[in-house]
Amino acid sequence: MVLQAVFMLFSAMAVGAALAVVTNKNIFHSALFLVVALLGVAGLYVLLEAPFIAVVQVLIYVGAISTLILFAIMLTRRLMDASERQRNEQWFISAIVAVGLFIVLVLSVGQVHWPVVHTDVPENHLNRLGQDLMEHYVLPFEVTAVLLLAALVGAIVIARERTR
Amino acid sequence: MTTRTPFLFLPQLILLLTTLVVFGIELVPGDERRRKDWLPAIALTGLGGAAMAIIFLWSRTTTPPAGSILAGMIVVDRFALFFQILAVTTTALVVLLSTDYMRDRTPDQGEFYGLLLIVCLAITLVVAAADLLMVYVGIELLSLTSYVLTGYLREDRKSTEAGIKYFLFGATASAAMLYGMSLFYGATRTTNLAAIATALSEAENSLRGLVIPAAVFLLAGFGFKIAAVPFHQWAPDAYEGAPTPITAFLSVGPKTAGFAVLVRVFLIALPNFYPDWMALLSSISIITMIVSNLVAIFQTNVKRMMAYSSISHAGYILIGIVCWGRGGFGGSFEGISGVLIYLLAYLFTNVGAFAVITAFEEATGSSRIEDYAGLVSRSPALAWAMLVFLFSLAGIPGTGGFIGKLYVFGAAIQARAYTLAVVGIITSVIAAFYYLNLLRYVFFQPPTENPKSITLSATAKITLIVTCVLTLAIGLYAQPFLQLAQASANLW
Repeated sequence: MVLQAVFMLFSAMAVGAALAVVTNKNIFHSALFLVVALLGVAGLYVLLEAPFIAVVQVLIYVGAISTLILFAIMLTRRLMDASERQRNEQWFISAIVAVGLFIVLVLSVGQVHWPVVHTDVPENHLNRLGQDLMEHYVLPFEVTAVLLLAALVGAIVIARERTR
Repeated sequence: MTTRTPFLFLPQLILLLTTLVVFGIELVPGDERRRKDWLPAIALTGLGGAAMAIIFLWSRTTTPPAGSILAGMIVVDRFALFFQILAVTTTALVVLLSTDYMRDRTPDQGEFYGLLLIVCLAITLVVAAADLLMVYVGIELLSLTSYVLTGYLREDRKSTEAGIKYFLFGATASAAMLYGMSLFYGATRTTNLAAIATALSEAENSLRGLVIPAAVFLLAGFGFKIAAVPFHQWAPDAYEGAPTPITAFLSVGPKTAGFAVLVRVFLIALPNFYPDWMALLSSISIITMIVSNLVAIFQTNVKRMMAYSSISHAGYILIGIVCWGRGGFGGSFEGISGVLIYLLAYLFTNVGAFAVITAFEEATGSSRIEDYAGLVSRSPALAWAMLVFLFSLAGIPGTGGFIGKLYVFGAAIQARAYTLAVVGIITSVIAAFYYLNLLRYVFFQPPTENPKSITLSATAKITLIVTCVLTLAIGLYAQPFLQLAQASANLW
């Protein structure tokens, strides 16, 4: 019961804040609500007995990425008079599509017998994670490194100030 | 005959090494101008080395290896190697096109060729990926680098706009695809394609309600890469704004990669659900063929017209996948080898057409269809090359495009998918209209003003000759190419 209540709390936090992100007129406030939404998701990870990914979520998304977004907003526009229109002419059609998609997903996810693993989460799962990254998942891991290189080079090419 | 694991990564290692060399050269002090002339040559050398490694592997790879390679992340079968060859060839031709075009348009030369090599590396990984995780990481690497290359000309508003649009659409498509993958993982507890198939067949029908929505999500990602309707909206803007050699790349590279992934994921992971996804793919194919060809007629910019043309070819190629296996592998028109031969011909034809467009843009600064008036008097070579490529795109006999269309439509008729074949043939006739309309400008309209003759650079000549010869060779002497495609059309 307690767990379910906590789950509801974190879910409400994530969903409510996410709604605020896309409806708020002030883009700075939207970014702050994004922090709340990401924290809510981190809470869900803790409930799922995945503390490592919860910590990563807080460190990277809540810590690094949100700060970066806030900085980008502060450096590029005036804060107080910002009033962004968050909708365009197509909002109604998009809403219909989104609601339809939601219904289809709820129906299909709800009627499926999901396989259940009847074993506990292993004790030293962080060690397992590290080993798997270096053995089973070494190739995607290395490709991610190339991806970071490409992203860095690309970002520099696009954003660097040119002195000519 | 088995090859040791490190050798299987030889092409990728060569490409990565070349990339690092190209990036590193920027750091060496010295005469900047001369150094930059070396960059394309180094990139081409690396691509040549990778191509030789791939051909070596192709000749040695006949049977599946006993054990899985790197935990089943990658499968180096002939199907993958065939697509790797396509990727390396495309990149090499695009490097040739870029040497003149990019020289004065951007100061960041080394980064340009480095990123181009990374896209090529990404494609060689994606086409061999046998695990959803690897598919995702590979597609992300491919996409991110393509976004940067599309928006590479920062001073050009259109290029920047194209990059941002491509990025926004791409990010959405990737998110949908990743969600689909997560559904598969949740349902089967594995990301390995073959293991997914086993788990799904063991679960019998209890997971059926989930597989179809999940497959639709996957299709959003793959459909974005191959630019099929309704995932095509990014294509015209991105094609128009991107630097023209990159447009040539976008129309071939990511598209072939998308088809390779589509074929592998659907055939290996979801063979039991063939009737379901077949219906899905054939409706996408029909919509794609009709919408793209009708819209293409009204374009006034050559690059936009070619964008819709490339969307329409995605529709034709999908026919081959839909008709997979029906009519039997023993039949003379087999769907998947039809896909391969179509893509091979399409590569040379489309890159060739863009070589003409690039050369024309270099000389006149325009890509409007009107400005092509009287091209034959300004540069007969360009005009006749354009004739070959447009004939091939239209599927006129004697060109590679005809062989490709013959095989996919043949597969459709053999599989008794008459609707697909009929729609394909009718839309091909519509397509001929706008291809021939461009030729009408090139050959029969008088040039508007100061018709200076166009001189071609050495690299442009090489690209044109290579693409022209191969487009005609596939059309006139198809046998070896067909054998290559048929030998490559089996997946492990």
